[in-house]
Amino acid sequence: MQMFFYTMELISAWTIPFVILLIVVWGAIKRVPLYESFVSGAKEGFDVAVMIIPYLVAMLFVINVFRASELFGDIQWAGQWLLTRIGWGDYADTLELLPLALTRPLTGSGSRALLVSTMTEHGPDSFLGLTASLMMGSTETTFYVITVYFGAVQIKKMRHTLPACLIADAAGMAAAIAIGYLLYFGQR
Amino acid sequence: MLNRIWFWLLLLGILYGFGKSAYRSITLSDAAGRSHGTSTTLLAVDESTDDDDASATSPLLDTGKQLSEAAVESAKLSVEICLGLIGIMALWLGLLKIANDAGMVQALAALLRPAMRWLFPDVPDGHPGQAAMVMNIAANILGLDNAATPFGLKAMRELQALNSSDDTATDAMATFLAINTSSVTLVPVTIIALRAAAGSSDATRPMAGMILATCVSTIVAIVAVKALARTKRFSADRPRTITALTTANESLSRGE
Repeated sequence: MQMFFYTMELISAWTIPFVILLIVVWGAIKRVPLYESFVSGAKEGFDVAVMIIPYLVAMLFVINVFRASELFGDIQWAGQWLLTRIGWGDYADTLELLPLALTRPLTGSGSRALLVSTMTEHGPDSFLGLTASLMMGSTETTFYVITVYFGAVQIKKMRHTLPACLIADAAGMAAAIAIGYLLYFGQR
Repeated sequence: MLNRIWFWLLLLGILYGFGKSAYRSITLSDAAGRSHGTSTTLLAVDESTDDDDASATSPLLDTGKQLSEAAVESAKLSVEICLGLIGIMALWLGLLKIANDAGMVQALAALLRPAMRWLFPDVPDGHPGQAAMVMNIAANILGLDNAATPFGLKAMRELQALNSSDDTATDAMATFLAINTSSVTLVPVTIIALRAAAGSSDATRPMAGMILATCVSTIVAIVAVKALARTKRFSADRPRTITALTTANESLSRGE
């Protein structure tokens, strides 16, 4: 398995250099003026990046303020208390994953921190650690991506984009938990 | 929708932060008066155990500081992210331009044309938006986050060229983002690295499960975005696709 991981890392480390090589060689064969083409394309990068700033400030601002209130952590605690009360104490542990599920669409760094804390607390190879990894891997930081992408083209009315993305996130989380229960339940 | 989410996140965040810390301040000073410490009140459970000794600092004050810091920090952070993005954007858009001029991007897009035609019926064949979306999805699948964003933003700009409205998203944009945010990733490098760092004996173990779960979320995303586009609520304000100008736009964005 160590070998497999190394191979994976090797592939992902060399993908970018080889993609660049492929582009440059293909361009050279087709006699594209490489330097001039590159510069004229790169120019666009500045505008796009700067245009995103107001959108990103608006989004990160509310997300950060909300996260600082620690509401998600308390929802977990209240839920666990409730489950134990009605006699489903066995499943109460699973709610440890709730803050991760709720934070994941909002922030990348925040959910990464939650994943790490789940893994250090319960062990990376426990049911919770494995399921948390699954949840992390099966969804994206939806709000961030949407903000950046729409910010780049100054779109403010997103129509059905957000509901569709959130439905997909919920499905990804549900699938991750279902797979976690099927494969890893009961592991310490 | 976003307007409402924005409002509620702020309202809940600030009011909850205020309420919780005010409650903790009161119960803390109560408990300090009686026996020391064991105030396992409903809300104070997370940190109360180690905070009890340092009851000189009030939770009310701390949370207030925390919230205002969060607001200011987020503004700084966004600019930092965007500044970092300028260089990466320039790098990949430069390379993309070479690939574009060499006809490489078009060749790649042609390979995936049937799928693209079904997913994005409003984007005409051979439109540079198609190619940029293919590059973005490919970069996402390979886990190349740095490259995926520039390609994705380029794709959004090409899609915007087909949009008759300045501020309203098209169906193609919604579909593209739904696929993008439910991304299938073959090699989740970050998570594997985090697992290894946490001392896992088998860091790559959840990979198969992850691929399965992302497939589920991608399928649901496509179904949801297509179904929602048909509902009355969202189809009413669908902007028109510019078709007459397509050829002109195409030659423009291809660079003459």
